[in-house]
Amino acid sequence: MTVNDTKVNSIEFKLSSTALKTIEQILEKSNRDSRNLIQILQDLQEEFHYLPEKVISHISHELQISEHHVYGVATFYSQFKFIEPGENIVRVCMGTACHVLGSQSLLDKLARELKIESGETTKDGLFSLESVYCLGCCALAPVMVINDEVFGNMTAAKVNKILRRYRRSNKKNANNMEREK
Amino acid sequence: MRDFDTMVKQAKASWDSLLTQKKPVIYAGAASCGRAAGVLPVIEKLKELSKKIPLDIIEVGCIGPCYLEPIIGIQKKDAPIILYSNVQPIQIEEIVENYILKGDPQPEKAIGTLGNGTIEGIPSFWDHPMIKDQVRVVLKNCGIINPSNIDHYLAMDGYQGLKKALSMKPEGVIDEILQSGLRGRGGAGFPTGLKWKFTRAEKEPEKYIICNADEGDPGAFMNRSLIEGDPHAVLEGMIIGAYAIGAKLGYVYCRAEYPLAIKRFEKAISEMRERGILGKDILGSKFSFDIEIKKGAGAFVCGEETALIASVMGDRGMPRQKPPFPSQQGVWDKPTAINNVETLGTVPIIMRNGKDWYSQYGTKQSKGTKTFSLVGKVKRTGLIEVPLGTSLRKVIFDIGGGIAEDKVFKAIQVGGPSGGTIPSAFIDEPLDYEELTKLGAIMGSGGIVVIDEDTCVVDLAKYFLKFIEAESCGKCVPCRIGNKQLLDLLEKIASGRGTIDDFELLEELAHTISEGSLCGLGKTAPNPVITTLTYFRDEYRAHVLEKICPAKVCKDLFYYQVDPETCIGCQICKRRCPVNAITGEKNEPHIINHEICIKCDVCSMNCPAKAIRKIDKVKVIELSN
Repeated sequence: MTVNDTKVNSIEFKLSSTALKTIEQILEKSNRDSRNLIQILQDLQEEFHYLPEKVISHISHELQISEHHVYGVATFYSQFKFIEPGENIVRVCMGTACHVLGSQSLLDKLARELKIESGETTKDGLFSLESVYCLGCCALAPVMVINDEVFGNMTAAKVNKILRRYRRSNKKNANNMEREK
Repeated sequence: MRDFDTMVKQAKASWDSLLTQKKPVIYAGAASCGRAAGVLPVIEKLKELSKKIPLDIIEVGCIGPCYLEPIIGIQKKDAPIILYSNVQPIQIEEIVENYILKGDPQPEKAIGTLGNGTIEGIPSFWDHPMIKDQVRVVLKNCGIINPSNIDHYLAMDGYQGLKKALSMKPEGVIDEILQSGLRGRGGAGFPTGLKWKFTRAEKEPEKYIICNADEGDPGAFMNRSLIEGDPHAVLEGMIIGAYAIGAKLGYVYCRAEYPLAIKRFEKAISEMRERGILGKDILGSKFSFDIEIKKGAGAFVCGEETALIASVMGDRGMPRQKPPFPSQQGVWDKPTAINNVETLGTVPIIMRNGKDWYSQYGTKQSKGTKTFSLVGKVKRTGLIEVPLGTSLRKVIFDIGGGIAEDKVFKAIQVGGPSGGTIPSAFIDEPLDYEELTKLGAIMGSGGIVVIDEDTCVVDLAKYFLKFIEAESCGKCVPCRIGNKQLLDLLEKIASGRGTIDDFELLEELAHTISEGSLCGLGKTAPNPVITTLTYFRDEYRAHVLEKICPAKVCKDLFYYQVDPETCIGCQICKRRCPVNAITGEKNEPHIINHEICIKCDVCSMNCPAKAIRKIDKVKVIELSN
């Protein structure tokens, strides 16, 4: 992930007054101490689902450290994202046990079904596909995780059914929101 | 200490009343592995059911045999707990009703009983073939107690080790640990007592202790299971360590991929503060200590001490030159002891039962027991604990039940990306620090991945190099660039473009990387390549000279073909093929077009007649000529 990637979504993200308030709370929680930078970034990502360029620039100002330093730390760790992820994050475990039990073909299948590569998001913004090294559920390899739901003993054959369920539940949510309006 | 004794008495009473209460109790194995196997919907069902049948539901950690999960234990008054395996949401109502209302224990669905008493037709869980050869010391409480209830831990003699330690001089504690023979369980096997002795000896009065819970080895989950099943044991060990070295503050550095483990730690720490086990004047002594949790952010190299320290301080997790060692200059440049989760989890038991009790297990140089995660192509996968020095044969065939689908045992990969591949010929070797190092592997944190004839060692080495290439922090050139070159060479071999000269280049490069890198990651990165090249040279030669992948894993070296004799012409493969590479009329043998085929294996997986074969590319070319 390079810093340039942040350009993609920076136009859309607005530093609203509520966002500023949330950022303020996060900074206060960590005593405005740049020694707690990783924790601050984690809290920000939890809130915004990624680290928007404007947020990084804002906190570097608040913490009185350079943006370079913040990016230096943030890009070192694979947890931090700089573009907005999809609504559902599909993660395929590439741990050793999962690898020898065929996680690559599982990842390939997902890439084919979602028509994206690992690290990308579908055009409709519904799914992001990621590969991760070991989720610690090796005895149930291969393992796939969607958001917080863990699927053990996965096979490529089970993929479609699971994705369909997420697509459906998403449609339902959208319909509910329409109705509320 | 009177307060503590009253607390323990109350905890024991409440534990006893739980075991003897009239209302049935359900124990649900709800560690990450249980959740992956689908225990949460089962718990939901149980909660619904509890409106109809009075039930107490308790979430416990992982008891070990992950392949049997979800595991649900049911306790009825005056009877042992019955453990049921592979419980699905649709079955649970029937199981509970049959046992609790109708009195049928359903031995066919049970795997064993826990606790006093017997039930006809169901053996004791401790006699289960995966369990009976194990010695559970660190894992004693996992899957038995509620990890979110400090009283359960206290009832199991928790914090007695701390109480004893606080009554001793710090030097005495260090001596006890030193003489127990406990060595670091994170990989290198450095004597824990010695590490503490060095940290204590530093003149600087401000000292720190760090619990390394950054279990990054792919294929290893022992620490996760221990934290999720018994977090207090690890934290008790940490307080004892802090007392021994003289630290006032400790950090738990836990990887972000383990959200449940972090939650368990957080809950345990708040309970400890409430009970006066953490904070000012611990258990009425003059010793004060507190713990902060630091979440990792996804960097394998942060398992390395100096990188971890940098990360704790909010920086990029890059290792630095040693000396100064962390025991001299660690976090905030102060003397710091960094111990692994399992090491700390073992400390309270040693304090409680004494050094002699602990050192009865293990070999001359490797004392005690060690947890391993046993995964891959083995029948019974899960978390195990055995005395150090136990033979591989015992672990894989007695405990693990042998190779899945009765295929041929090929090797084990131990120690993760820093470890090595040990072939089946060494099956009678003992598992201990010295022996594994002699064989070119390392103990590592204890992840054992069993591989069979269907695993290609070139592909396996490639897999680890890919991992290392992504995780190298980039500081040392040999590690950053050398591993990329190693990977390129392996990819060349795997694609059939390798030459015999490449072996020498691989070895030379591996040596340079190992010599020229600063930290453990770089130094051990070539181990998977070196061990596979040493023990499986024939397989490498097959890739290079014959252009064959004997395990049929390297995709550039084989084709998928339909066996016309076996094919029933059902057209399932034709319909399922994502790239329309298969042609053929109904009831006629089908044909796969090699030019279009992407080798996704979908046809083979779906073929009802098992007519899809992998054929060496060279043979196909020979035949067509």
